[in-house]
Amino acid sequence: MVEHGDIRVVHRGGSKINSREPVVTNDSRFLLCASGERVKVFSTSTEECVHDLRGHTDLVTGVLLRPTNHLQVYSCSVDGTVRLWDFTDGILIKTYDIGYPVYAIYASANHEGVFFIVTPTQSDNRSELFQLVAVHLPQSGDQLVEAQELSAVLSNVSSNPAATGFGRGGEYIASAKGLHLEVYFFKKQKSYRFSLKEDNKKGGKNTLMCIACHPKDDCIATGHEDGKIRLWRNFNHKKEYTYTTLHWHHNAVSSLRFTPEGTNLLSGGLESVLVQWRYNQESERDFLPRLGSAITHIAVSPDGTLFCTSHSDNKITIIQSCVKVSAVIQGLVNGESVRTDLMVDPRSKSLVLNGKPGHLQFYSLQRDKLLYNLDIVQQEYIHELGLQQFEVVKVAFDAPGNWMATVEERKPKAAEPEINLKLWAFDEQTQSFVLNTTVSAPHEAQITSMCFSQAADGQTSMLVSASEDGHFKAWQLPRSACTEDEGPSWSCDFVGDYRGLAPQCCCFSADGSLLAVSFQEVVTVWSPASWELLTTLSQPPKAIRDLCFGRLGCSKYLMGTTASNLLCCWNLLTCSLEWSTSMDVSLLLSDPLTENMAAFCCQAESTDLFVFKPSEPRPVASLKAVCSGKVTRAVFAPREEMLESCEESSQWLNRSQLYFLTQHMDLMTFTTKAEEDRLAASSKQLFIDDSVAMTPFYLLLGKHRKQENQDSLTRLSAELMPLPRGSLAIKELLQSPAHVLPSTSVLCSMFVESLLVSVADGSEESKHAEEEMESEKEEEDSEGEMESRTPRPEPASPGLQSAESAAPALTKAQLKELRRVKKLDHGWLADLLLS
Amino acid sequence: MGEFKVHRVRFFDYMPAAIRAMAFNRRTERLALARADGALEIFNFADNYFQEKVIPGQDGRAVEALCWVGRRLFSAGLNGEITEYDLENLRPRYTVEAYGGPIWTISAVAYSLSGCVPCQVGCEDGTVKMFEVLEDRIQFQRNLDRQKGRIISLCWHPSASLIAAGMMDMIRIFDVETGKGVGASKSKEVVVWSIAFLSDHTIISGDSAGKVQIWDGLTGTLARTHLVTKWDVLALSDESSLVAGTSEGTVVQFQFLSSTLDGQNKDWVRTRTFKNHSHDVRALVHTETAVVSGGMDTQLVVRPLLDKVEKNTQESAMRKMAFPHRSLVCCAKKAGLLLFQFPDHLELWRLGESDGHGNPGDSLPVKRKPEKLIQLKRKGEDHICCSALSPCGGWLAYSTVTSFRLYRLQNNTISITKVSKLPKDLRSAHQLCFSTDSSRLFASSINSSVVVVALNQPECKYLHTLKPKSGEQQPTTASVSLSVRLQLHCTVPVYGSCPTAIAIHPTSSNLVVVHADQQIFEYSLVQKEYTEWSRRLQKQGLHSLWLERDTPITHVTFNPKHPAHIILHDMFMFCVIDQSLPLPEAKTRLFNQMILRSLPEPMRILHRHAFKMCKTFQNLMCVRLLEDHSLVVVERPLLDIMSQLPAPVRQKRFAT
Repeated sequence: MVEHGDIRVVHRGGSKINSREPVVTNDSRFLLCASGERVKVFSTSTEECVHDLRGHTDLVTGVLLRPTNHLQVYSCSVDGTVRLWDFTDGILIKTYDIGYPVYAIYASANHEGVFFIVTPTQSDNRSELFQLVAVHLPQSGDQLVEAQELSAVLSNVSSNPAATGFGRGGEYIASAKGLHLEVYFFKKQKSYRFSLKEDNKKGGKNTLMCIACHPKDDCIATGHEDGKIRLWRNFNHKKEYTYTTLHWHHNAVSSLRFTPEGTNLLSGGLESVLVQWRYNQESERDFLPRLGSAITHIAVSPDGTLFCTSHSDNKITIIQSCVKVSAVIQGLVNGESVRTDLMVDPRSKSLVLNGKPGHLQFYSLQRDKLLYNLDIVQQEYIHELGLQQFEVVKVAFDAPGNWMATVEERKPKAAEPEINLKLWAFDEQTQSFVLNTTVSAPHEAQITSMCFSQAADGQTSMLVSASEDGHFKAWQLPRSACTEDEGPSWSCDFVGDYRGLAPQCCCFSADGSLLAVSFQEVVTVWSPASWELLTTLSQPPKAIRDLCFGRLGCSKYLMGTTASNLLCCWNLLTCSLEWSTSMDVSLLLSDPLTENMAAFCCQAESTDLFVFKPSEPRPVASLKAVCSGKVTRAVFAPREEMLESCEESSQWLNRSQLYFLTQHMDLMTFTTKAEEDRLAASSKQLFIDDSVAMTPFYLLLGKHRKQENQDSLTRLSAELMPLPRGSLAIKELLQSPAHVLPSTSVLCSMFVESLLVSVADGSEESKHAEEEMESEKEEEDSEGEMESRTPRPEPASPGLQSAESAAPALTKAQLKELRRVKKLDHGWLADLLLS
Repeated sequence: MGEFKVHRVRFFDYMPAAIRAMAFNRRTERLALARADGALEIFNFADNYFQEKVIPGQDGRAVEALCWVGRRLFSAGLNGEITEYDLENLRPRYTVEAYGGPIWTISAVAYSLSGCVPCQVGCEDGTVKMFEVLEDRIQFQRNLDRQKGRIISLCWHPSASLIAAGMMDMIRIFDVETGKGVGASKSKEVVVWSIAFLSDHTIISGDSAGKVQIWDGLTGTLARTHLVTKWDVLALSDESSLVAGTSEGTVVQFQFLSSTLDGQNKDWVRTRTFKNHSHDVRALVHTETAVVSGGMDTQLVVRPLLDKVEKNTQESAMRKMAFPHRSLVCCAKKAGLLLFQFPDHLELWRLGESDGHGNPGDSLPVKRKPEKLIQLKRKGEDHICCSALSPCGGWLAYSTVTSFRLYRLQNNTISITKVSKLPKDLRSAHQLCFSTDSSRLFASSINSSVVVVALNQPECKYLHTLKPKSGEQQPTTASVSLSVRLQLHCTVPVYGSCPTAIAIHPTSSNLVVVHADQQIFEYSLVQKEYTEWSRRLQKQGLHSLWLERDTPITHVTFNPKHPAHIILHDMFMFCVIDQSLPLPEAKTRLFNQMILRSLPEPMRILHRHAFKMCKTFQNLMCVRLLEDHSLVVVERPLLDIMSQLPAPVRQKRFAT
């Protein structure tokens, strides 16, 4: 990523969670998946993101449970490091510096102290050849370790992590590339290579897509491009190897996985059906259909109770025992193309863009979570290639967020396009948009631009749509409702044209008093009140590409870009060109909260960003080589909290954040150093050790509880620490389902009791603790016992006990903390006794 | 290669019969194959899968099962009879009635220590009958315990003490010594079509419910079920690898594999699936290296197992045998008549005529359409085994296993008269041939003798019999030149492979022999040695593409205009060998006619070689050169055969 002083381009929110196979922890409580530059830990039951493991500086390319410790997880990244995390606490334990970009990571319980990574054969990243390398972990206590001992195992492997896998007991590793399957036996140090024929006449495409090894038998399953699955056996013979072919998928098999006992084989592909094959009885299969979209990865929990499937629409589905979809974790849907502009919903401050086919998605950037999908087209989507279906191509919001306009379009071959304009009203009760008006065929040709009047006075809303048929139309909602049962509906108010030219863009001024519509090289300025053509501005020779009014103090300026690489600024008071400069602007947009405008310029395969004020000749900020390729979609999203950056170059990011979509449909944003520091600080603060998500409710209660603690403890000595995890009882109370709790009367007294610091209890506990101190050294290893015997002011409820015994073993950091707390406790108890 | 006017004949409605049963003799590497019309064919797998012998069928003989005992071949059928065949004279030797109703299966011990080999049949009435195979006949020995329901399939245990019988709904194991049933395994409402009994007492059955089931033969318990198809599993063939044929045309292979690589815990695992048939697979044989299958779609398919053979060799190529390796068409060169041989009748056609002239590759307008002159039905039960038409078109002869008939044809008036007085030695023939002047008829008869008959206008006269010195003579092919040699002229050196076509050159008296392994020899009968050209050819070796062809040359003829030209054809091409041109080098392109055409004249000379091959015509039954230098090409497209087959089992196919 490119850094500009303290402004950095990062993946923030909306990253792909389906790029790599998710990992389910041993207790099936958490799901870990790579998401941009982080690893996210989701709770499998609540779908909430519990932790965000931050540390990598580039895309994370693999997540893997550490075979020797099921509470730790490795993650590898293109930044050339492998990091070891404690995912229950979200702590980075170790960083192994490999020095080369890592594309996949594998490990086996039978290879201790070694893990296997896939790196490019040459050190430069662009090389297409990859090799499988064994990395011997150096024994060192340091946090940052440089891994030196690398030894190549297989050369020319696929960079796709699904194409390599460990066999039974880690005895061999199998790797598929192209038409070849290679099996390397570690004991014999010998590899066998099997090739399949090139695509044959009957339409068989034999290219291997993915691989899975049976955990108990020596059987390798490979998935192929034509949908076949082959089960290879006897592969320690050059010639007498054999395979069985299974065929159900009609398209490439993208993922294969054996269940932990090896009784079933799971496969998935474009059909979005999870197929479960009985091992050795392959004619019997089970299907879990209608999973929404193509399956890209399948993961199985180590106990075999949960299956997870990643889908191409950035979704992870959690399936219980191949029957029931129990949870869906949905990321930002990243289709192949975003036809709509990026928009920000003024109410929820969420990002709005194309989601599932025919839908709009509302994505909260702050919480990095999909809020909801709105079905715009309201027609069944047919999963078939090459079929022309309705697509949402335009969306616009009015300033207060009461109205939304969408345009959907279907272009049948050799026929007129079908266009629908829909207007949606925000319904306060359901907190979502409700269809108000449908205008079928609002224009005769494609709609090129659409915008709402920005008038903030809450008067009549007005929508202007411009189309290639040479007209622009103004749509208005009549003030008075015609009938009572039906609310007011939108109707056409004005049809304008200019010399028969096709309008390209339209834009309202900030106060809604002017409408600018561009007809090729001419900009016409209209008064929406009287529909008078006020003036025309033009800057030949080429057509206008983008139009944008200035905001706030600069509202007298109209910015435009032309196809001849000119950026022009007209002063509407003088109706003359104020200034112009030559730059190839691919996208121009204005920040609704400030006077700033952003222009993305495409230069030599990479995009530069200029932020400027129309009134000032000097740009506020300029960032070179923001990303490769052209940027055509971007949006200013208002911040929840204002940043207070004093540095001039990053001041423009104080009030709003600029998000943009790269060529590869990655959502990127800019971040300042100050912001990163703040985030890092907050992540330390939010230290919790349970699967409970950081909901506002929880924070409220937790804070409250802490305060209470402090209040009650102020009476005690000054150096007294706040009670460790005082909210545990509450958490327990909130966590356990209502139906298993005892009656409220019982609970209440217990609960209140648990919050009290009883003197008698304390003295007993202290004695107890003293005794414990002696025996502590011997029992240091038995962590479970430690936990249950830690002196705590509240008596442990039975529910708590069981929860803790089931809780995972503690990490070192936690142990340290505990020990410290114990000593402290001892001190204040003594004080208490004295007083 | 010269240009010909071609008669492209597509009105020969040859229709092969469905394959019903097969048996493979591992020792001699011969495959016996029975067709639905009762005909038997014997293929020599050691000799390039050449169809060595054909025993014509008979009305009412339906062979249900075949079995080899040593070099002897037995068949059993639904007519309730067991037949042994005389493979020397290509006829049934004797027939024994089993007295048990229709026979479904026959099985013999593969290796027997004692002299007498027991042989068993399974009958409709539920009995398993044991026969003793004696030197010259078989004798009924005894019945095993009678069961309810018919016995569909039988298999000996390799120890020859136990036998497993598949019946309706049940598998029963018999002790051969006592004849008592020792165990039974029951399944529900199925027909056990086939059964295999392995040495570790595993029984594998294929049934009408589409399942291949693996049973423990000692306890009679079901070990494993593989659902192979929705329809019947019709054939099974076996020890570490087993194949099952299904009624949807697939052949499924099962292998006895260990689940881990160190080799314990072996289990039967379904591995490969071959789909080479469009219809039911009725017969299956698992040879050392290949799976041989045949069924309703009449084709014999040899599918080599790639783990047993060397890859990318001639052995690893799949073979489909659709046509017989002999000619069923006879052509009167002078008269322009064609004789088509069917199992139960003969058809005589006159070729069409055209007077148009056109460019090479054009089709000419037909002035006179080809017409069917005569359809001659055979007499008796036996099917026609050979037929011939004299070059002048005046004589027609055919033979069945028991009778021989000769007819005089009057071409202009289309009349046919049977020649009643025939020499006594001429009772049946395997091959018939007329001399080029139509004055002599040569018939290869029983005991490998050749009978020569002089044909005169009113009658025919027996001349003499040529008897071979050694009994081993191939009765497959005969083509005789102008003159009859009264004594044995010479013996052509013996070659290891069977000759598929021979011819004697009309002027130079050179004998051209083509063998099943695609070798070509030219032997000078005058000098009694191989000719210079033949030696050169052997020295240089034939082109690898020539040797890789998988159908044998079925006919050799000569071009009277160009004495150096030899014309030969197989199923997929015909070839003119120009002996005056250089032989093709190993690296030159063998099929170069298209390239030659595009080259300018001087370059063309440079690139020419002796083998001029034409692939324009496919699925050739016959290629002959007429007197007027036009070529007759008889095609029988495989699609036409396919379209005449009964409809296969309907299957839902994806995206239809």
